[in-house]
Amino acid sequence: MPEYQNVFTRVQMRGPAEMGVPLDNSIWNRDGQPIFSYWLGKIGDAQIGPFYLGTTGLMSIICGFIAIEIIGLNMAASVNWSPVEFVRQLPWLALEPPSPEYGLSIPPLQEGGWWLMAGFFLTASILLWWLRMYYRSKALGMGVHVPWAFASAIWLYLVLGLFRPVLLGSWSEAVPFGIFPHLDWTAAFSIRYGNLYYNPFHMLSIVFLYGSVLLFAMHGATILAVTRYGGDREVEQIVDRGTASERAALFWRWTMGFNASMESIHRWAWWFAVLCPLTGGIGILLTGTVVDNWFLWGIKHGLVPEYPQVFPPVEDPAMTMGAAP
Amino acid sequence: MNRKLRVGGTPLLGGLMLVLLLTGCEPPLPATDQQGFRGTGMLEVDNPRRQEAKLAAIVIPDPLPQVPASGTRSGDIYQNVQVLGDLDVAEFTRFMTAITQWVAPEQGCTYCHAGADFAEDDVYTKVVSRRMIQMTQQINAAWSAHVGDTGVTCFTCHQGQNVPSEMWAMSPEPGRSAGLTASSAGQNMPATNAALSSLPADPFSPYLLGNTNIRVHTMQALPDGTPLPGTKQAEETYALMMHISDALGVNCTYCHNSQHFASWEGNSPKRVTAWHGIRMVRSLNNEYLEPLGSALPENRLGPLGDAPKVNCTTCHRGLNKPLGGANLLQYHPELASASLATESGSASNMPPN
Repeated sequence: MPEYQNVFTRVQMRGPAEMGVPLDNSIWNRDGQPIFSYWLGKIGDAQIGPFYLGTTGLMSIICGFIAIEIIGLNMAASVNWSPVEFVRQLPWLALEPPSPEYGLSIPPLQEGGWWLMAGFFLTASILLWWLRMYYRSKALGMGVHVPWAFASAIWLYLVLGLFRPVLLGSWSEAVPFGIFPHLDWTAAFSIRYGNLYYNPFHMLSIVFLYGSVLLFAMHGATILAVTRYGGDREVEQIVDRGTASERAALFWRWTMGFNASMESIHRWAWWFAVLCPLTGGIGILLTGTVVDNWFLWGIKHGLVPEYPQVFPPVEDPAMTMGAAP
Repeated sequence: MNRKLRVGGTPLLGGLMLVLLLTGCEPPLPATDQQGFRGTGMLEVDNPRRQEAKLAAIVIPDPLPQVPASGTRSGDIYQNVQVLGDLDVAEFTRFMTAITQWVAPEQGCTYCHAGADFAEDDVYTKVVSRRMIQMTQQINAAWSAHVGDTGVTCFTCHQGQNVPSEMWAMSPEPGRSAGLTASSAGQNMPATNAALSSLPADPFSPYLLGNTNIRVHTMQALPDGTPLPGTKQAEETYALMMHISDALGVNCTYCHNSQHFASWEGNSPKRVTAWHGIRMVRSLNNEYLEPLGSALPENRLGPLGDAPKVNCTTCHRGLNKPLGGANLLQYHPELASASLATESGSASNMPPN
């Protein structure tokens, strides 16, 4: 009898490997002899393989490999090909987009051309992977909820690296490929456009981000807590409610006055997750194109609270001195 | 037995990881001090332990005893006194003692005055120190908007060293493959001049020597079609701001309004002081330090052959008030104004802007 009272997975299935449903109309096969991993079984299914790559999967991996190579080799060149320095400085290294004077033209390789090329291949890789997800969903007779959720993340990625730079007429507005550099870019972006916290779509995105976390924790905890009554059979209980469902529902009615159902909780989770990058992408797309300074926009629309003056009033010295700012 | 050990190992490992995780923190935790209205995040962040260490690193010499005036101008006694000629000769000697203590305590008078004739300008250090005295007078006379009544003396920067330990000069790009590989665009390396961020590594030449516009904000809600600074320019400015933050040991809201960094309403008056400081440093670099390059021997020049220049760290050394706010100028009024200069430098009377 499996136990569900532990926060860690206690059950691992062992048996003949599951080879999947028959493949129809495919030139590709699922390849590889499946293996079982005890440690991966601790966090998921212990069975690894067989693998299905497919045309889109193969093309995606090739494009992704090219993109990572362009980024990685340029990073290595920036530390003069020193492996030690590459590891030491890796968080700082980046492939930088072209400078503003190039606009949307194709710059020389060393002035952002590599960035443009890496961006092209990375985008191709991501879009091909999306197609692979879509086709695999169809092949398995599933709904296409997963690819559309992934599309929401791709939307944010394309806004940052393609749509917004194109609307502003300059690749220089795009994000560098690098660990710290993209974080510094984000901070500079917020500062430049007058504090992103006053961007209502940024607010919505944060709501859906933190909301997703909250829903995930609530749902995961609820199901784990009622699995001893069969609550792990969530999907069946959508239409055939048992004591697990009823206890879970009652628990949330008692603690917060309302409960989701076995069906709706999954729609809650899906929409919160999808809306996070969707609204975030809208907020980024509007920044610089439609709104140039979110703080001043917030003042204009009564969004910014007025606080009591605490410091003695000061004036901009550039105004009073008539000097260059 | 073996089983028991394994069970006990998990919390032990967890505890070890927690310790490792926490070693990245600053003990004791930095103190925050509310400055603005509650809830607006207008906090000053301070690490008292680090602050004390920085203060302890500075050993301020005792002021020299006052001397009675002799009634004679130094220019009447000594030859070739170009800047302090109107100073009383007793005060002049006292000042020479002080400057030795501040700048060349080990080498003594001969660091600048070589040979038998102290009047000769045959040592470069004498030419430089004359110009630096003029610079100090200029700072105290013309830049009170930044240095206040505390002012500066030679010791503020030199602190007993021939050359202040914190200066900057142009540096070549770090060694990298040339050719077709992507240029770093001056960033994306651990930038020691921008608080170890990946921001542009040289915030000095554009802003503290050049006159590049620091402001990247438009003060309008909506774009009106005119070309505007972009995110990349914001990164350049950000790098300068990180230098200031690092140099003064302060966080952003020490000066800026947490709602909108560009607005002057609701921020601390300290931002005005900092604004003048940036202009002061820019002026000093252009009027005094960069032109000194021709007077300096090669070993004093930067790797690209330009003169060492000042930035915020040169005086501040991680403290929001250099030397912890100690006022040494009060003991040396001869450094307070340029009026004593009988032959002031051509540029030293430039108005601040």
